[in-house]
Amino acid sequence: MKYPYFPGCTLYTKAKKLDDAGRECSRRLGFELDELPDWTCCGATFPLVNDYHIAMSGPTRILADTKDQGGSQLVTLCSVCFNVLKRTNVVMRTDEERRQKITDFIERDYHGEVEVLHYLQVLRDEIGFEQLREKVVKPLTDLKVACYYGCLLLRPVKEIGLDVMENPTIFEDFVRALGAEPVDFPYKIECCGAFQVVHSMETATRCSRDILANARLNGADLVITTCPLCHFNLDDRQPEIRKGDPRFQTVPVLYFTQLLALALGLDAAELGFERNLIDPLPLLREKGLA
Amino acid sequence: MKTRISREQVQDDFINKVAEISGENFFNCYQCGNCSAGCPSVDEMDLLPSQVVRYLQLGLADEVKNCRSMWVCAACTMCHARCPKGVDISRIMDALRMLNLREPKAAARVDVTDFTPEYLERAPQIAMISGYRKFLPL
Repeated sequence: MKYPYFPGCTLYTKAKKLDDAGRECSRRLGFELDELPDWTCCGATFPLVNDYHIAMSGPTRILADTKDQGGSQLVTLCSVCFNVLKRTNVVMRTDEERRQKITDFIERDYHGEVEVLHYLQVLRDEIGFEQLREKVVKPLTDLKVACYYGCLLLRPVKEIGLDVMENPTIFEDFVRALGAEPVDFPYKIECCGAFQVVHSMETATRCSRDILANARLNGADLVITTCPLCHFNLDDRQPEIRKGDPRFQTVPVLYFTQLLALALGLDAAELGFERNLIDPLPLLREKGLA
Repeated sequence: MKTRISREQVQDDFINKVAEISGENFFNCYQCGNCSAGCPSVDEMDLLPSQVVRYLQLGLADEVKNCRSMWVCAACTMCHARCPKGVDISRIMDALRMLNLREPKAAARVDVTDFTPEYLERAPQIAMISGYRKFLPL
């Protein structure tokens, strides 16, 4: 099976390891991510006001390109791209006036025909977690994982439709299929501070601290995420959190595709952990996974 | 504090504009406070999210026009997810931000020269792009 794939800006640079591992795992699982030619940035924010049409022209063009190339689905790995494309698509399907304005402006014919999918949905709905379990070559036994969803992968539930709002389980089911143990983690849907990291650093630091401390409190060895912005906040804020609270125990933060790659037999040395501020390798060695 | 409410205030142009571009009806809110209880940015806010809506209901535009709360909202939409009446405060906050940034002499809320090269080397593009969209004049 071949899926049109939109990597997005960050997955080409700062979050390359999220992309590399995702592509390699798809090959091992028997599906192909077919990168969209000439893609542009999705805009990284879905405009929350009704009259900011220009911000939706980028994502609409990406969706129209997918349609024109014969794609009925578009897969993303990044939560931000997923949220922006998915919500833009809802506007294209339901708001005729805005759709008309935006498609006239970019001179494209698009009515929301494409289905935007997250990679996790492909694993759950197309591959199946049971089939995934059978393809695991190195089960992640004894590894306790905090599954961090954050905001953009889930909300607004009515538009995104990946899982339920207060207690989603897609991520936990994924982790179980890899042989690891998801921990109970009430902060899994809380916000990490998102783009406030460029404006109100203290918000990002405090939010990240609460999430990480809650993961540790519930016995997590590591935290996984789908989002490069969450990864940045959760990983990079830790030295600062520790300055404010010397008792704070650091916790490695991994992309979900890196965890998947480990379970599918890729070598930890190839997974790009050198960019992590909190090095996961000592933990992975201790668990016999590196 | 005595609050005087008048028809003129409630139908203030600024308030009508916030309602129009956010698409939200402030009068759906019955002040249960669920939004403020679940808001991750509330510690840095001067007005609680529920207070912002209350002032808009009462037509007190001056109270919200320059509040700090709109700038520290992370648009996580937890307020909307937990609102029993479905009010999306993240849209209201974004409308307040946008109306500020569209002013002819609007000031930038972040300064790129503040970021160290080490920070820029690590920060993902999505942080910078979404940050700039929320904090730079249009």
